[in-house]
Amino acid sequence: MYQYDAIDRQLINERVDQFRDQVLRWKAGELTDDEFRPLRLQNGLYIQRHAPMFRIAVPYGMLNAAQLRTLAHVARTYDRGYGHFTTRHNLQLNWPKIEDVPDILAELAKVEMHAIQTSGNCLRNITTDQFAGVAADEIIDPRPLAEILRQWTTFHPEFAFLPRKFKIAISGTQEDRAVTWFHDIGLQLKLVGGQVGFTVIVGGGLGRTPIRGQVVRDFLPWQDILSYCEAILRVYNRYGRRDNAYKARIKILVQALGVDAFRDQVEAEWAHGKDGPMTIPQAEYDRVAAHFTAPAYESLPTVDAGFSAKISEEKAFARWGDRNTHAHKVNGYAAVTLSLKPQGIAPGDITSDQMDAVANLADQYSFGELRISHEQNIILADVRQSDLYEVWQQAKAAGLATPNIGLLTAIICCPGGDFCDLANAKSIPIANAIQARFDNLDYLFDIGEIDLNISGCMNACGHHHVGHIGVLGVDKNNDEFYQVTLGGRQGNAAKLGKVIGPSFSAGEMPDVVEKIIQVYLDNRHEDERFLDTFDRIGIDPFKNRVYEGRAHGKAKAAAKEIA
Amino acid sequence: MSQLIKQQALAVDTWKMLEIADGETPETVPLPEGDILFPLAVWQARKTEIISCHKRIGLILQPDEPVEDIAGDLDYFIVIAVNFPKFVDGRGYSTASLLRQRYQYQGELRAVGDVLHDQLFYLKRVGFDAWVLKDGKDAVNAIQTAFSTFGDVYQASTSQPEPFFRRRAA
Repeated sequence: MYQYDAIDRQLINERVDQFRDQVLRWKAGELTDDEFRPLRLQNGLYIQRHAPMFRIAVPYGMLNAAQLRTLAHVARTYDRGYGHFTTRHNLQLNWPKIEDVPDILAELAKVEMHAIQTSGNCLRNITTDQFAGVAADEIIDPRPLAEILRQWTTFHPEFAFLPRKFKIAISGTQEDRAVTWFHDIGLQLKLVGGQVGFTVIVGGGLGRTPIRGQVVRDFLPWQDILSYCEAILRVYNRYGRRDNAYKARIKILVQALGVDAFRDQVEAEWAHGKDGPMTIPQAEYDRVAAHFTAPAYESLPTVDAGFSAKISEEKAFARWGDRNTHAHKVNGYAAVTLSLKPQGIAPGDITSDQMDAVANLADQYSFGELRISHEQNIILADVRQSDLYEVWQQAKAAGLATPNIGLLTAIICCPGGDFCDLANAKSIPIANAIQARFDNLDYLFDIGEIDLNISGCMNACGHHHVGHIGVLGVDKNNDEFYQVTLGGRQGNAAKLGKVIGPSFSAGEMPDVVEKIIQVYLDNRHEDERFLDTFDRIGIDPFKNRVYEGRAHGKAKAAAKEIA
Repeated sequence: MSQLIKQQALAVDTWKMLEIADGETPETVPLPEGDILFPLAVWQARKTEIISCHKRIGLILQPDEPVEDIAGDLDYFIVIAVNFPKFVDGRGYSTASLLRQRYQYQGELRAVGDVLHDQLFYLKRVGFDAWVLKDGKDAVNAIQTAFSTFGDVYQASTSQPEPFFRRRAA
């Protein structure tokens, strides 16, 4: 993975000094709270419900073992011995002291980490596919360009005070795993006539106004990506709305202008920057790409005999192998997902001890590197098949081997009302209650692949709109309720889920999910996943079952029609 | 008292902003003598008159006023002030970038309004060379530290037209 050179190191060290000085001036009253707020946010520091919340960047999801050990140490020393991985390649600490944050930043800087622009109305962390570089369906490794984009976003002088936050995702695979249709800019790498470039998608987003992005350029040569992004950002910085924070994202500007007029403005702006100094030279690409070369893979048989034997001997291992290991482009290797979704734990939470255990696994079995997925799990990308059994045993001992990746209990979930100031409702207890209801592994495996996403408010940090089952916390007269959507999805055919009907109380949620699952099980054809059945039979059978006995409005009419 | 920072020092500010009072319009407002920063609307309405009676002309741009409108007039201005009504309103950074990089404006480019210590570094990078620091803020400390927060930069911008990747030693 990328190793800092002199300038990268210098800039993050100077950032530590800058923030230390800002905290001192704030404490001394030289900076007002209002003046300090955007500065601390651009260092990932929120003031939250119980304490500050501090968000550390894991750029495009890549970590090495030393970095993870530092995160473990920081969480242990300055917090309560655990952290929370978010849906955008960040680690959040929920209980640090503001006064400690400069010291935390200094510790992070030693291992080439930071919290730069992890919050605030600026260019945020670049996200990508957790299997970048090893995915069997990869066309182009997105990581070199993700790193080049990271450097471009870091302290960009013109775009530090945008109308609103700005998120870029990049994907280089056949099947999009980076949610590129729902980012401010989504970049899909592709190969056309031997030339590498991007399809550029703009104006997607979840949150209060969920909108699927639109293509502004079908093909952009990779060399032009920085100058083109500058053109997009300049149009947005000048013309994005600043009068209403809820209408300030670029998606609103794209909608207001229409994608064609927006494209015309971007192209007119780009005409000035095209072929200018921000054009990426081949030498720079090569320099960065040299950090992402394949590790020293051994020449191995496609299938390891010992692995196959263990699979047939031990059902529990077979289950884990089925759900938590993934095809690798190199023979005899697999990528492994360590589940941060065991029952009864906040999804995405990990203790310092677990971080140390994962760092050891990475060192021993996966070339010392690991990745964070937007599904809030950890990936060991390069494990020999012959080592999988040991990895499984050690992961199990550390509580990281729940065999539920892709299944109902691997819930994507925001911190919700237990921690977050913005939340309308708690999300973690809902996730835990659903996990408890579906704790029978045979049943869980029988249900099969399904994404359940929970957000505690319409800011949608849990990406509920793209869950096959989405759950959104809403506030009704100061009580917490939950609205359910069905049929959302990420990937190439990404779309938003449909609201099923009136919302439910927290206590009803496990029943509601169980009824939805029952409708699927009653109706599915052989080999149909939940989503396939949903697409075939539509939303009404689900509605009818869920609102049976309490139906009203449209659901009632639908029920009568069927009767 | 205005804290004008220029060339790493506090400087005397001779420029006054022309305010349009209630009942006045850009067409009717009296044009005072001296070093005046004219609002865009006054400049557009009274250009000939201003040129005939002022040797030194200044302009003040608001965040939503497009630089394209005055791109052909830049040779008239000794000073262009860009107003930041709130420091989190980042439009002025694009205004400055365009004035310097696209239209090659060579005169003084001055940040006014809610101008604070922690934005000076970025403001300098996009092309400002004069800053009226907000009243009550420590200008001496700002001059000493705020322009040198970072020793280098990644991106191309006005103060460094080559991105780092083009300056990297081979």
